[in-house]
Amino acid sequence: MEVLFENFDRYLVGFWMTLQLLLVSGFFALIIGTLIAMLRISPLGSMRVFATAYTELARNTPLTLVLFFCAFLLPYLGTDYSYPVLAIIGLSFYTSPFVAEALRSGINGVALGQAEAARSLGMRFSQTLIEIVLPQAFRMVIPPLINVFIALTKNTSVAGAFFVVELFTIGKELANANGDAVILVLSGIAIFYLAITIPLGFIAARLEKKWVVVK
Amino acid sequence: MKRSAKFSLLATFGVAALVLSGCAASTTEEATSAAPEGTAAEAPMFAAGSTMARLADAGKVTIGTKFDQPLFGLVAPNGIPVGFDVEIAIMIAAELGISEENINWVETVSANREPFIESGQVDFVVATYTINDKRKEIISFAGPYFLAGQSILVLADNDTIKSEADLVGQPVCSVTGSTPAEKLAELGAVTFLTDTYTNCLEPLRTGAVVAVSTDNVILAGLAFQNEGQFKIAGDAFTDEPYGIGVLKDDTEFRMWINDLLEASYQDGRYQTAWDTTAGVLLPFRAAPMPDRY
Amino acid sequence: MSNSVLFDAPGPKAKRLSRILSIGFGALVIGGLGYLIYLLAREREIFNGTTEPGLFDSSRWDIFEDPELWGFIGQGVINTLTAAGISAVLAIILGVIMALLRTSNKIWVQIPTTAILEFVRGMPVLLMMLFILLSFSTGALWAVVIALTLYNGAIIGEALRAGLAALPKGQNEAGLSLGMTRMQSMFLVQFPQAFRQMLPVIVAQLVVLLKDTSLGFIVGYPELLRSTMNNLSSFFGSRYTFSFFMVTLAIYLTMNISLSIFARYVAKKTSSVKN
Repeated sequence: MEVLFENFDRYLVGFWMTLQLLLVSGFFALIIGTLIAMLRISPLGSMRVFATAYTELARNTPLTLVLFFCAFLLPYLGTDYSYPVLAIIGLSFYTSPFVAEALRSGINGVALGQAEAARSLGMRFSQTLIEIVLPQAFRMVIPPLINVFIALTKNTSVAGAFFVVELFTIGKELANANGDAVILVLSGIAIFYLAITIPLGFIAARLEKKWVVVK
Repeated sequence: MKRSAKFSLLATFGVAALVLSGCAASTTEEATSAAPEGTAAEAPMFAAGSTMARLADAGKVTIGTKFDQPLFGLVAPNGIPVGFDVEIAIMIAAELGISEENINWVETVSANREPFIESGQVDFVVATYTINDKRKEIISFAGPYFLAGQSILVLADNDTIKSEADLVGQPVCSVTGSTPAEKLAELGAVTFLTDTYTNCLEPLRTGAVVAVSTDNVILAGLAFQNEGQFKIAGDAFTDEPYGIGVLKDDTEFRMWINDLLEASYQDGRYQTAWDTTAGVLLPFRAAPMPDRY
Repeated sequence: MSNSVLFDAPGPKAKRLSRILSIGFGALVIGGLGYLIYLLAREREIFNGTTEPGLFDSSRWDIFEDPELWGFIGQGVINTLTAAGISAVLAIILGVIMALLRTSNKIWVQIPTTAILEFVRGMPVLLMMLFILLSFSTGALWAVVIALTLYNGAIIGEALRAGLAALPKGQNEAGLSLGMTRMQSMFLVQFPQAFRQMLPVIVAQLVVLLKDTSLGFIVGYPELLRSTMNNLSSFFGSRYTFSFFMVTLAIYLTMNISLSIFARYVAKKTSSVKN
């Protein structure tokens, strides 16, 4: 057990980096995902095509390849970011289509009658969207969005292979240094991840129950 | 049928073609076996119950080695690794009466060398395996059979880094879980760690790190693959004795390997192993005496 | 909801504006892509003055003429598909078991199962693979397969549970009234329907499973990513890293998109008439 206490500061270093990756990538994934969702329902054909192509590409590429591109090819192209920033770019790109899908399903879940009623009242597209559809979609969207965030938390572990020192990297480092206490060391790492994912899971379940819309 | 389904079918054929070529490759790899010296002797006699007897009787052996280290253990597209470690392993197998085709090569990455030995998934490991006391608590080492040293690789025109003292506070790249990485942390360098050594080269090129540090022989291989871009700075500043990992309590096997190593120093097999692999690039270094502990 | 509900049908002026904007946007995207390709294709100077050829230069692609190379890549594909295939079958089996256990009416079965489920869903797959490899000394293949099975089995189990819950209660009652035991009713009546209902979700999860086999690189399993980016890259030198990346990307996209298209095809074929 002393292994855990001795190295607690290393665990915290990793945990803090994982949190940073999660929050910043999540933020950007939300923004990009919203953009993509809007492009998907846009009246302009080329925007819809672009959004569909983007979604297909991002959803069918393994995260490892995406991060590989960000860690090795972006610097080649001339960017000068640190590796955590590059990892954030990769994670945001990879998570954005899932955010877009969650948003789209939420919007599609709002009853058709709502939009029809708004139109019949003479509301414009933007008014319909902003005042009628989105507030209702918001409730349907939060639980799947939280699931996307849970997945993102776990995906930050892959960044560990690309020069970012987060929880998983710390796990490998400590497991290597303490070959006899591997199970203990890795369990400690697991606990830190669970400390994020399990509460999020509970929140999602509670919100889902609270906001269930009787159709 | 619909266009997208047709496309999907075509794509499946493409992937199937790749899969078949993979099958073809793996069946031919049983047949091919670049066979330099390692001639299998007639069934040698060993003490009953010893590991040597068991392996010789089985006629097969599973050896763990590296698959991604230039000059020492590097897997070729035909699936068979080549390198100095590989030649030493082949020599040991030959002495057991096992020919090259009957060697089952398993990749042992730094993280799983000890677990693989302990669980018996491999019979022994020859994989740029540095001998240290912490590892001796779990497994035991025959050898050392080679003395490497940690060194520094920099860009060809970098004259500011001359020794390990210049690395303090500097960003340096190495591989997770390796002894060089620990040493760098001790020195006070800012470590960037990854899985493979070749991944360290791009950060070096872009300037994200100022140096790559690991065993000098690996660095030499990397420098060679990229003519003119990199150079080794300074001399080796640690001693990395490479050993052959075996089960902790198998003293008999260990001593037998040590005997074999010493014999090979005398009769030229060691020299040939070196000359045909790493010796192409690196000067020969006198073999260290095995440590019989 | 369909777009047409959100705004009026466009008149001729709006249609023209829409077309112009559409073409403009399209041009922007294509321009961006072209610029990216230009950046990749040009030569570049490295830190110390020597120049390297661009990424599409033939010197970076000459090794691909060697069929043995493709054989090695093919072996990587086989290993990927093998791990994915075994994990998929085991995950579905585990999913069925988990769903059964979770819907059990015995509390002492339900609570531990839920605990295990939450644990497995909350841990990164990568961590599970490393954990299994180091603690249980299985080979790399089984570390990958067990981790993928556990994780995806849990998710599929939840999907099946949702499918079972969505079934009309009458199904179960009809089965019981015919004299079936609870188990028989489950397997003969409810599960087949739940399966068909949740098939799109399950196959989508299998696509995720295929992608996640690439995480096996961390435990040394010679799947496609490790074979190309690690082994071949080390063998041929970093000059070819980008080429290997493009080839690996193309293969993964092909595999995954084919699987997705197949999934949608199956979903359409098996969806019941009322849908």
